[in-house]
Amino acid sequence: MLPTTRGAFALAAGAVVLALLPFMAQVYYVELATTALVAAMLALSLQLLVGCTGLVSLGHGAFYGLAAYTVYLVTPEDAGLSIMITLPLAVLAAGAAALFVGALSLRTRGFFFLMVTLAFGQMIFFIFHDTKLGGGTDGAYLARPALSLLGFELTYTRRQRPVFLYYVALVQLVAMYLFLAFLLRSLFGRVLEGIRINEHRMRALGYDTYRYKLAAFVIGGALAGVAGHMWAMHRAFVNPEIIGWHRSAEALLMILLGGLQSLHGPILGALAFTGLGELPQLVGDAKPFARFFSAIGLADFGLRVQALAERKLLLEGLVILAVVLVLPRGLAGLRWPRFIRPAFGGRPAGNERVQP
Amino acid sequence: MSFAGFLAQLLNGVQYGLLLFLIASGLTLIFGVMGIINLAHGSLFMVGAYVAFLTTRAVGSAWLALPLALIGGAVFGALLERGLFRHFYRRDHLDQVLLTFALILLFEETRSILVGNDFYSVPVPAAFDFSVPITAGFSYSAYRFAVIAICLALAVVLFLWIERTRMGAIIRAAAEKPEMVDVIGIDARRVHMTVFAVGTALALTAGALAAPLYSVYPGMGDGFLIISFVVVVIGGLGSISGAFWSALLIGLVDTLGKAYVPAVAGLAIYVLMAGVLIWRPTGLFGQRG
Amino acid sequence: MKADAAPVLETTALSKSFGGLSAVRDVSIALNRGELHAVIGPNGAGKSTLVNLLSGELRPTSGEIRLDGRPVTDTSAPHMAQAGVARSFQRTNIFPPLSILENVRLAVQAIHTPMRGLLRPHSAARDLDTRAAAVLERVGLGEAPHRMAGTLSHGEQRLIEIAMTLAGNPRVLLLDEPLAGMGNEESEAMARLLKDLARDHAVLLIEHDMDFVFSVADRMTVMVEGALMASGPPEAIRADAAVQRTYLGAAS
Ligand SMILES: Nc1ncnc2c1ncn2[C@@H]1O[C@H](COP(=O)(O)OP(=O)(O)OP(=O)(O)O)[C@@H](O)[C@H]1O
Ligand SMILES: [Mg+2]
Repeated sequence: MLPTTRGAFALAAGAVVLALLPFMAQVYYVELATTALVAAMLALSLQLLVGCTGLVSLGHGAFYGLAAYTVYLVTPEDAGLSIMITLPLAVLAAGAAALFVGALSLRTRGFFFLMVTLAFGQMIFFIFHDTKLGGGTDGAYLARPALSLLGFELTYTRRQRPVFLYYVALVQLVAMYLFLAFLLRSLFGRVLEGIRINEHRMRALGYDTYRYKLAAFVIGGALAGVAGHMWAMHRAFVNPEIIGWHRSAEALLMILLGGLQSLHGPILGALAFTGLGELPQLVGDAKPFARFFSAIGLADFGLRVQALAERKLLLEGLVILAVVLVLPRGLAGLRWPRFIRPAFGGRPAGNERVQP
Repeated sequence: MSFAGFLAQLLNGVQYGLLLFLIASGLTLIFGVMGIINLAHGSLFMVGAYVAFLTTRAVGSAWLALPLALIGGAVFGALLERGLFRHFYRRDHLDQVLLTFALILLFEETRSILVGNDFYSVPVPAAFDFSVPITAGFSYSAYRFAVIAICLALAVVLFLWIERTRMGAIIRAAAEKPEMVDVIGIDARRVHMTVFAVGTALALTAGALAAPLYSVYPGMGDGFLIISFVVVVIGGLGSISGAFWSALLIGLVDTLGKAYVPAVAGLAIYVLMAGVLIWRPTGLFGQRG
Repeated sequence: MKADAAPVLETTALSKSFGGLSAVRDVSIALNRGELHAVIGPNGAGKSTLVNLLSGELRPTSGEIRLDGRPVTDTSAPHMAQAGVARSFQRTNIFPPLSILENVRLAVQAIHTPMRGLLRPHSAARDLDTRAAAVLERVGLGEAPHRMAGTLSHGEQRLIEIAMTLAGNPRVLLLDEPLAGMGNEESEAMARLLKDLARDHAVLLIEHDMDFVFSVADRMTVMVEGALMASGPPEAIRADAAVQRTYLGAAS
């Protein structure tokens, strides 16, 4: 799960690149990068359950969405509250919901665990979808939490905002990564690993695995709350879609893309996934298919292909299919071609752990 | 509300529950025998509903939709099993979840390309477009009676198949003891394909029956998928009769709840599920752990 | 080898049925400190099921289990382990992707870590390492403890199984065919270890090799089709006519 020394340097270098990004990119891409960082936080929080503990939950997006809605619910209409108030409240709400859902769903295993987490997640979805509590199906706008700490307020102009929010997200992502790395290094992390490999044996050894799994579930849910809070801050808007289980499934995809074996995998997966989501937009702007086919005299056909290529969910579906069919170990399973590898000094599969 | 109104809600609940049974039984069977988590099962239901919509639009009447959904569903299920699912029996849950999530997206996009994203109502087949008088002041939709009858007939056939045939015995054994599946050996491929075909056919049929009642719309499979999950959790693992009683229970609780206490009805089934998980996590009708 | 007066772990009329099959029927046995109690019986006699009941993995259909005189019939597996009842598995049940040391350290950690110690970095938990190394030394796996468990020979994996059982310093050991698949030399070492352990533990040993059983057991119980057929000192069992007819005779 945790990187080697060389890996840690690579990660630090990655963090520096991310920190410099606002100086190099246009506003649109800074905002897109913030979206990617939020997705990375969501995927990272889910990795604690999936990759570390072996719990595949489909209710994780609900805690994320609930936290975003909490920001909306506690914020007065005209002025944003301090982040020192909204963040703890959002995390608390997400953690409490995770405690409730986890306490019940962890009484089951495997397929049933999946179904129960999905069902309870949808329950939270319906609460916001079917009642007027949070603006109903249309969603609602909210005043962004303010960056004020102990009386100090960090203010920014409208034009500076994307950059400020980007750094707020980046700081939280780095903090979350370090926190999880600390957790996995601890004896608690060892117990989660043991549960993932062989829960039956852990129980026979004397571990009350239910409690450990519940602890992981609640911590993961609370961290998803951090991501959800950042989403509300980033978009200043909430709607039921962010609670729905498709968000959880996408987070699982990010994890699979980046690889189950590492803590940085979900971050890479989230970046890749968000980038992929831009593809239909780019194709829509450049219209390569329409141009190509009209150039060879098949304009009608070209327009059809073009229309298909601009469909986001079609692309997403095909990508997932491709990943589970040909890349079962995610992008992390991709290896550099043999003649490049020595130059990178990358270590081949040796120290990876086998999933049982 | 009047007694007649109550009776109508009761019948609605039974009819809804029986539809849920058609979906949930396929879900349990497929999981019980192959260990596959099919999130796209709700999309198969949606496909059935759109089959009804499209046949009605093409032929002007829905009478063709039912056999088409049943037979087409079986063939489609068999093809899906051969082409895709067969390779996922030994993969872990994460892969199965993502495979079937991808299928949901692809089914939805295909629907969107073929018929767009509008709501469409589907007319009730002309032959059943009347009401059956029950008491002096109360009559009930003939189509809903027909749905109840067809679902019950399918349920009986399903029970006989599982309880009385050789393949049914294999299926029961496999659902109770997953490690048995290996023992079946050569038969396994045939059993797997049949189970998948039957499960898919039932889901499509449920969709075709449901279309005139609920109309057809994007993402309609999702809601039914999740309620079917609740049915399976309450019913217990690997138990068709458990799924049957639990589907009826959910159908009644949901329908009566929405009629009499609409404010909290949406939550009723989840509260029920929470109660079952606290009291008997293996399900109300499953074997004890 | 004298046993203390009161049994450590004791059952009365313990039964377990799976559907129609009664795997354990009316079994009353007592395990004493300082005594090696061997349970023998043909395949499917219910020996492993008995261990599963005693270790809390299965709930009995009826009957009672007492630990130090207190009823523990419905205690879960983790709590039984915490109370000092450790078991090994007939089919090797370890953590293949972890190293030998990590396997045993998880077992040590299960019993010796208070909740607030859980956030310590695992690399700083030297006390766990020391204890795990000592246990590995005792079962004869002290060499190269950083090898991955899944790559070891069957015999070595069996030793990990035993080491994990001993790691938590239990009072009662329930060993389900610990020798299965071990070579001759390893068996002899195991016999010595078992005798040694039996001095200050209550040991229940399931084993098919009659010569071995008669050489180590202080007390024996014969199970057939879920029920107790005979129980007593080895000499009495050897002399028991019914046992000879149905079991020993057929075996030798
Ligand atoms: N979980 C279970 N569910 C159903 N039947 C079981 C279960 N566990 C054991 N049995 C049955 O109970 C009976 C006793 O099994 P058990 O494993 O206790 O025998 P055993 O004496 O350990 O045999 P062996 O010497 O082969 O290990 C067998 O008929 C077995 O099939
Ligand atoms: Mg046995």
